[in-house]
Amino acid sequence: MKRNLPFFFSLFLSKLSVLALRLIGRGATNLPGGIAIFLCKDFLGRIPRPKTIIGITGTNGKTTVANMVEDVLSRCGYDFVCNRTGSNVDTGVASALIANCSWLGRPKKDLAVFELDERSANLTMSYIKPDLMLVTNIFRDSYKRNAHPEFIVDILNRYMPDGARLVLNADDLMCASLKPANPRTYFSIAPQPDEPAPSENIVQDVRACPACGALLSWEHRRYHHIGRAVCPQCGFRSPEGGCRALEVGPESMLVEAGGRRVRFPLGNHSMINVYNSLSAIALLTAFGLEPEKIAAAMEHTGISATRYLEEEVNGRKVILHLAKGQNPVACSRAFQNIRDYPGKKAAVLFLDDYFDAQHTVENISWLYDADFEFLADDSVTQVVAAGARHWDVYLRLLMAGAKEERLRHMPETEKAAQALSLGEAEAVFILYDVYTIGLANRVKEQIKQLMAKEAAPSDAHEN
Amino acid sequence: MPMKIEVLFPELCNLFGDLFNVKYLQACLPQAQRIDTPLTGEPLFLKEAPSLIYMGPMSERSQEKVIAQLRPCQDRLEELIANGTAFLLTGNAMEVLGDWIENEDGSRIQGLGLLPVTAKRDMMHRHNSVFLGQWQGEEVIGFKSQFTMAQPGGEAQGLFQVKKGVGLNKSCGFEGLRRGNLFATYVLGPVLVLNPGFAKSVLEAMGAGEAELAYGEAAREAYRQRVRDFHEKLM
Repeated sequence: MKRNLPFFFSLFLSKLSVLALRLIGRGATNLPGGIAIFLCKDFLGRIPRPKTIIGITGTNGKTTVANMVEDVLSRCGYDFVCNRTGSNVDTGVASALIANCSWLGRPKKDLAVFELDERSANLTMSYIKPDLMLVTNIFRDSYKRNAHPEFIVDILNRYMPDGARLVLNADDLMCASLKPANPRTYFSIAPQPDEPAPSENIVQDVRACPACGALLSWEHRRYHHIGRAVCPQCGFRSPEGGCRALEVGPESMLVEAGGRRVRFPLGNHSMINVYNSLSAIALLTAFGLEPEKIAAAMEHTGISATRYLEEEVNGRKVILHLAKGQNPVACSRAFQNIRDYPGKKAAVLFLDDYFDAQHTVENISWLYDADFEFLADDSVTQVVAAGARHWDVYLRLLMAGAKEERLRHMPETEKAAQALSLGEAEAVFILYDVYTIGLANRVKEQIKQLMAKEAAPSDAHEN
Repeated sequence: MPMKIEVLFPELCNLFGDLFNVKYLQACLPQAQRIDTPLTGEPLFLKEAPSLIYMGPMSERSQEKVIAQLRPCQDRLEELIANGTAFLLTGNAMEVLGDWIENEDGSRIQGLGLLPVTAKRDMMHRHNSVFLGQWQGEEVIGFKSQFTMAQPGGEAQGLFQVKKGVGLNKSCGFEGLRRGNLFATYVLGPVLVLNPGFAKSVLEAMGAGEAELAYGEAAREAYRQRVRDFHEKLM
């Protein structure tokens, strides 16, 4: 698309807004991009693009992976533009490009790394046309916004550019089947000897062979539809990972990529985070970085403390764990992490949507796709559910088989810590949504005070 | 003879947590037998009349597969509906039994023609809302999240009267359809778990009116709180 008068006008005004925002000390907003797109609908198609654009999308993990990729690139000396401090929709991408271009729109940097919301691919990918794209996975997400995974697959197939090199999850058949004509690299995690038996998840969105429709059989199923499948009728099977984690340990993993085996550090070895790290490695390798360089840079990266944080007080742990509300798979993963965490543990759940809780009655259908059954495990000594929909969460927990005497629930979120009985619990998880991190931190401090007063049980599990 | 609940194509018709409608009925009727019929299997209803036939929400591509699979069973389904077999259809499952589904380009997918309703898709404008309706003197609450709006035919009998929210379409005074013991609704929730009164009616239609509602106290209190919240925030 050519630059026209509306484009220059919108660029001029949005650049002015950048200056104004800097003057009042508010650099990181989507306002400049919002102004530009309001005045020039196809602004993203008209602004000159950096030479190379990397896009990172998928249902879960894209923020964590984008942060990881950006940290590695920075450590390796790359200068690039990204939307880390803004949103992952069109206005966030536009704001990042506006902040890093001249008054005529010429880009100051040759490389861009963008986290891109999969649902709004029509507003971003079709304009900026990334050269290299990572899709972390495709799962059920917000019903209101994302409907169902097939809908998202159709959007990505339509709006990811033809010819873009794709980095795809071989262990996710929905992800692996995207844009079959595009060049691609797959990543996968080999079955690990100490992996727990696959849990029965409520949500399992790939059951039929994408080639012939027969029911698939699974060589190895990790969770939901993640694993390796084979079709008994036509012989179709999950693709092989070109970038493959062979051995996953508590602090590192051995990855084979391009015939070389390199050990990479792991900040956290829960399978979700292993997939996140591996997808970042696969993307950076496809970008052209040497695996050894990536590994060295990853020594200095970690998961943001806004997503997962462990603190120890008086022999017990308090753990902040992000569990995106209205996203049944993200919550199911968090619930399984709680069950699988060593020893006895309690959980405080803040699952309400922050905005819905104030203004409406939240659509709680998603509670019935989330595996609350993990929280009915005997190792979970107590579950405290707090917030506007506490009765609904309580009912769901009862239907999951949780024992009534282990459940407490209340509308007042700030009183959740008061309902907690530490007892045998060696760890307390606080599950929270993106917008309730402040609440989670306040409750964490209250729980730390409780822990300071009450020492851990003497036979506490040693991690 | 134990009661039998036939769940049609659960591998496809399982969106939005709605299979918990069946799990809730199972909890109310612990002796009932659940039979899951996959798309590649032969439906139980061809051989006998189950106590309830359930079909839940599905993707748009799945709707076409399901219609193709059920088309040869059209006459049998009509016979079962006419004879009073209980059916519960949630989400867009209703459209499968309707007259047709219209795509944005005007093309039509012919349904089974067993319910007087048509639906029109708008894939880039998803409708989301909270619904409050009336069912036999009691309020019914739930959620709508769909790509279609439905148009009932002249002879259609609605299921819930709209009190607040959107019915079959934005100007329709009722939500869902009823034909004898067939209950069809777009309301998600799952609708039975969220509405003890309506769950009781479905149990009665199955011939199990004496059954106790599972998790009765918690389900009723959750329902009361939800309805109160709706009145406070949205009325």
